[in-house]
Amino acid sequence: MNTNTRSSTGIGARVPRLELQRLLSGRGRYIDDIKLPRMLHVCFVRSPHPHARIVSINVEPAKQARGVEAVLTAADINPRCEPFVGVALHRPGHRSAPQLLLASERAVWQGQPVVAVIADSLAEAEDAAELVAIEWAPLPVVGDQMQAIAPGTPAIHPELDDNVAFDFSLERGEPAKAFAEADYVIEEEFRFERQMAMTLETRGLIADFNPGDGSLTVIHAHQSPFQMQDVFSRHLKIPEHKVRVIAPDIGGGFGMKLNLYVDEMAAVVASMVLGRPVKFCVDRLESFVSDAQARDHRIKARIAFMKSGEIVAMEMDDIAAVGAYGMPMRFNVAEGMMAITITGAPYSFENYKARTRSIYVNKNLIGMYRGVGMPLACIATELLTDLAADKLGIDTVEFKRRTYRPKSSLPCITPGGQRLETVSFHECLEKLVELIDYDALRKEQRKLREKDVFRGLGIATFCEQTAYGPPYYGPSGAPISTQDGCNLRLEPSGSVRCVTSLTDQGQGTLTGIAQIVADTIGVSIEQVGVIGGDSSISPYGGGAWASRGMAIGGEAALRAGTMLKHNILALAGTITQTPPEALDIIDGQVVNTRTGQPVISLADVGRIGYFRQDTLPPDHDVQLSVSASFVGNDKMYYMANGVQASYVEVDCETGFIKVLGQWAVDDCGRVINPLLVDGQVRGGIVQGIGAVLYEECIYSDDANLLNGTMADYLVPMADEMPDIVVAHVETPEASTKLGAKGIGEAGLIGAMGSVWVAVNDALKPFGARVRHQPFTPERVLDALARARSGRR
Amino acid sequence: MLFDSTLSLKHNVQIMKARNFRYIRPDSLQHAYRILEENGGDAVPIAGGQSLLAGLNMRLSAPKLLVDIGGLKELAGQSQRDGTIRLGALTRHGELLQSDLVRKQLPLLAQAAAHIGHVAIRNRGTLGGSLAYADPAAELPACSVALRATLVLGSAAGEREVKAEDFFKGLFETDLRPGELIVAVKFPAPQANTTAGFAELARRRGDFALVGLAAMVSARRDRIEGARLVYFGCVDRAKVAASVSVAVSGLAMPVLDTAAFEREIRQDLTPDDTPGLRAETKLHMATVLTRRVLNSLVMQAAS
Amino acid sequence: MTDLVGHEDVDIEATLNGKPLKRRVKARQHLADFLRQELELTGTHLGCEHGICGACTVLIDGRSVRSCLTLAAQISGKSVDTIEGLSQSGRLADLQKAFIERNAAQCGFCSSGMLLTAYELVSTGEAASRAEIREYLSGNMCRCTGYHAIIDAVEAVIAARTAGARQS
Ligand SMILES: Cc1cc2nc3c(=O)[nH]c(=O)nc-3n(C[C@H](O)[C@H](O)[C@H](O)COP(=O)(O)OP(=O)(O)OC[C@H]3O[C@@H](n4cnc5c(N)ncnc54)[C@H](O)[C@@H]3O)c2cc1C
Ligand code: FES
Ligand code: FES
Repeated sequence: MNTNTRSSTGIGARVPRLELQRLLSGRGRYIDDIKLPRMLHVCFVRSPHPHARIVSINVEPAKQARGVEAVLTAADINPRCEPFVGVALHRPGHRSAPQLLLASERAVWQGQPVVAVIADSLAEAEDAAELVAIEWAPLPVVGDQMQAIAPGTPAIHPELDDNVAFDFSLERGEPAKAFAEADYVIEEEFRFERQMAMTLETRGLIADFNPGDGSLTVIHAHQSPFQMQDVFSRHLKIPEHKVRVIAPDIGGGFGMKLNLYVDEMAAVVASMVLGRPVKFCVDRLESFVSDAQARDHRIKARIAFMKSGEIVAMEMDDIAAVGAYGMPMRFNVAEGMMAITITGAPYSFENYKARTRSIYVNKNLIGMYRGVGMPLACIATELLTDLAADKLGIDTVEFKRRTYRPKSSLPCITPGGQRLETVSFHECLEKLVELIDYDALRKEQRKLREKDVFRGLGIATFCEQTAYGPPYYGPSGAPISTQDGCNLRLEPSGSVRCVTSLTDQGQGTLTGIAQIVADTIGVSIEQVGVIGGDSSISPYGGGAWASRGMAIGGEAALRAGTMLKHNILALAGTITQTPPEALDIIDGQVVNTRTGQPVISLADVGRIGYFRQDTLPPDHDVQLSVSASFVGNDKMYYMANGVQASYVEVDCETGFIKVLGQWAVDDCGRVINPLLVDGQVRGGIVQGIGAVLYEECIYSDDANLLNGTMADYLVPMADEMPDIVVAHVETPEASTKLGAKGIGEAGLIGAMGSVWVAVNDALKPFGARVRHQPFTPERVLDALARARSGRR
Repeated sequence: MLFDSTLSLKHNVQIMKARNFRYIRPDSLQHAYRILEENGGDAVPIAGGQSLLAGLNMRLSAPKLLVDIGGLKELAGQSQRDGTIRLGALTRHGELLQSDLVRKQLPLLAQAAAHIGHVAIRNRGTLGGSLAYADPAAELPACSVALRATLVLGSAAGEREVKAEDFFKGLFETDLRPGELIVAVKFPAPQANTTAGFAELARRRGDFALVGLAAMVSARRDRIEGARLVYFGCVDRAKVAASVSVAVSGLAMPVLDTAAFEREIRQDLTPDDTPGLRAETKLHMATVLTRRVLNSLVMQAAS
Repeated sequence: MTDLVGHEDVDIEATLNGKPLKRRVKARQHLADFLRQELELTGTHLGCEHGICGACTVLIDGRSVRSCLTLAAQISGKSVDTIEGLSQSGRLADLQKAFIERNAAQCGFCSSGMLLTAYELVSTGEAASRAEIREYLSGNMCRCTGYHAIIDAVEAVIAARTAGARQS
């Protein structure tokens, strides 16, 4: 890394994003902005029933409709694609029925695609889709996880005998004994309703199969082009070198655009059948019944502790409803696994018992979404420890100070199995306490309570697993790459072109990469051009997920930069007849390190390196294009951490909640660009507040979605959201040169924890507790009513 | 409620592009009347389009002909004569917020308009459209009843006038006859000793209210003399909550105890259970809101 | 003879980004689809097509409107401004600069709508508090930024513009 830190655009600098002028001028190019010659549009006819048999399908009237090119059913589409079985091989016992692209005999969730209508325009495809007549025979519905596991409930997939997808338990120490002998035990139940990622841009792709050479190009609003290259090749039987997946500008991903969707696959098959480009852009209403959803957990958790303040044991029992199938490639056991393995991580205790079950229900599939199971762990841990502190009569901050894992115990493995090496709980907490003026806020809170104004202060500590390594997915059998790569080329004019395997859905990853490359080589950021997201031209890599871009892809860029710089200096040394060790690159000039004098410009190095090789010694090997890849071979993940605080006011007459202030202190290792990091934190926080206060897919008992429009599914908007203060502690990751950990999910995890604790803090004078997310006015009022009638 | 979110899922296709229809922009009000008469039930007027077009995009309705009345001068304008304020049907929600006449004479409308959607919605949505649509959670139907407004309705057959409280017939149902348009709304200038009170509980700024209250109240010193309370969001249509209005009359302010009108709230309001919100909860919220609106009037009077 | 039945195709004459526009449009096509599909002005985005998200915001006669809740046929006789035109004319320059400096856009999908709504606000020339800015932008969803940076950016532009107005 360049030690020359004068750079205003290098690592650590607040560099504005390179692509923003373009995006802010309406010149972004998102999937629905792109047209290809002879392109068709597909629209799907979907099941209106959560569970029903298909008696008959009549597509004839639709075929006759204006502009229609084809109407395809399961019989046309399914045989062309190997079915998906969404099980994680590294989780023994995980089971799923095979999933086909279009429903053929039976539909098992409301929204499952049944018929593909392909026409010249989307409006015409929709006109024709209305003419498709399907006769349905509704079947009994498995509506939620409790019903699904109740004795006598039929299995959604008869070949699996029951509805349990996965059942996993772990135990460390002697939890039963610890609970029996503890001075106090507190138990809570938590409920998390289903929610959506709700990217502002919906999912979409353009599939372009060329029958001339049997090649497939897919322009895909997807976070991982390489994952999809593999899937298209493997499942559609196209040689991998003939598959190209390109990610255009993407209007938000948040994990949702990482999953694998049968409707997207069916659109690709339609292109193969028709030999023409086919565009599939999900519309908003469709997104409600076809995007992977998230959460849907019921958790029981316990904490055991002593009068001395020592925590002696914790316990988690999680039951999650994961939809009708296992999510291909990304599975849907991860939320439960993370929830139970990360619970308690910041705190010292030895005895732990946990169980998670993933259960099939007649609902849409659960998939990846920002935070995965980590917020659930944070919420359970922080609410229980906050209540424990109360029970002991200790201030919650003081309790944290005493019971966080001390630095001296690191590295360690927590009872849940988390490896902690460079975490900084105490530093983050102290910084936060100062930032929010903790004592003053508590004083204000007490004073206002006398006036019947009920405010709550919640503090939440969290761990964030970032940048999974090969030990995580490798054993699963899923072809998910945890490496990333970077190509660099010195252009003849002295600028640098960079191609990364990463994709950018707004995180600013590409700008971060440019910073690293510029800093490493010694040029200004204006001299670096970065592109990403094309599986045919970059080195192989994972793409954007699990907060990994900067940590893994950044390290690859740093290594490539180091290599290119080495090669440039070797060439410059030859040209100027100076030993390369005596040279450095500063501000785009090769300089003599001793005198500081420029000896040759990069433009001259480039010009000679490409056009005047005749002037070089015959044996000089010019390598001005380099490629590097990086993977943290032995690491499951890096562990970032942080602490957040929420200050809320609850209107105890109406149940309405207002978040008055939100603060975050984050440790994501080395901060490459504070502007980007703060953006990730704030964006995540608002999604976290949304999850706790607003967002919910409301289903009837028989699994019909009741609020499938944006008018009724409430996302957080500007007026309700607070200002958010962000600060940092920097504890670099020890195993890489760059030292960055991830940041993508931290905001959401911590905010969900702190809002849960804050709202419950506000309700303490009533002895009420709200534990059913989202905290709608009605749920708050119900909690208060329960407390009044002596129930909790 | 903007539309029934479950409707689109009952179909096989989730659709966002409107079905085919014809469009016409009449040159005059008379022309509009003739078009409506000629096409009968096939023709639907479009004013601001802020309710209609969302439904058309989802194919929740399928008119054959849209008659764009948005440019008709006869439906625009505001005036005041002989103690009556007349607002054209095309008066935008945003104009209610900005108009000096409205702010001074009909502050209830200005207060309410601030809660309708967002600036872009208020830039297009119209008074006539809101009343014709008769959404039970909408602000303006409730305000027009509270303000004793009279609607001027016109058709090829001529004009007639209907009191707001007789206009709203039920859920999305009005007294509009086929071929008829709302031309204007006439409001009597409120009496000197009455004050407007308004509040609503909405989850987010601009959302339709879970429960709302538009009130015209007369008070002498610290005692309520008369009240005309109209709820929205928890009724099937805008109408005077007669029992509550009587029950609160005579109460001393500030109102601390809600016992005096809780029973009446249950008589007058007819909320349904909706996803995530029980009728019982809405009744409770209406009770709290009533007390708050009444007490806000004392504060207004004091300041 | 006076037309009493209307047409599925409608002739419109309007002003688009300062230039005259004469077209025949489909009656059923909303303005956003017309801009995006027929004119290939794809800077106006669609996030919901039912009026909630604000991604499709354009200006008609200087006022912000939802182009998914406006028919292309309805713009006849009116003046429409989109992100493309306002960018090119430089009228958005100070907002764009403020957005870039504060990273007030991530994926950029909400940005056209956000900028145009903000433009309407800053064009009033009046001061606005953070709370008022939040209220004004309350109909524009952003899923990425958490809003804070957007509010910062608009606040800065308002401060600069009102200061400028006081000086001149
Ligand atoms: C995001 C969003 C939020 C909203 N929030 C609210 C809110 O909080 N509160 C609220 O009250 N409304 C809200 N609305 C609806 C908005 O107020 C509409 O503007 C209003 O309901 C209808 O007015 P319009 O002029 O747009 O009517 P249109 O949509 O054009 O028409 C609505 C109906 O009225 C008929 N119609 C229109 N004008 C006349 C007339 N003069 N004579 C006879 N019939 C006529 C039409 O044929 C149609 O059936 C919201 C809308 C959106 C998109
Ligand atoms: S697309 Fe028009 S408001 Fe969402
Ligand atoms: S920047 Fe992505 S929605 Fe706003």
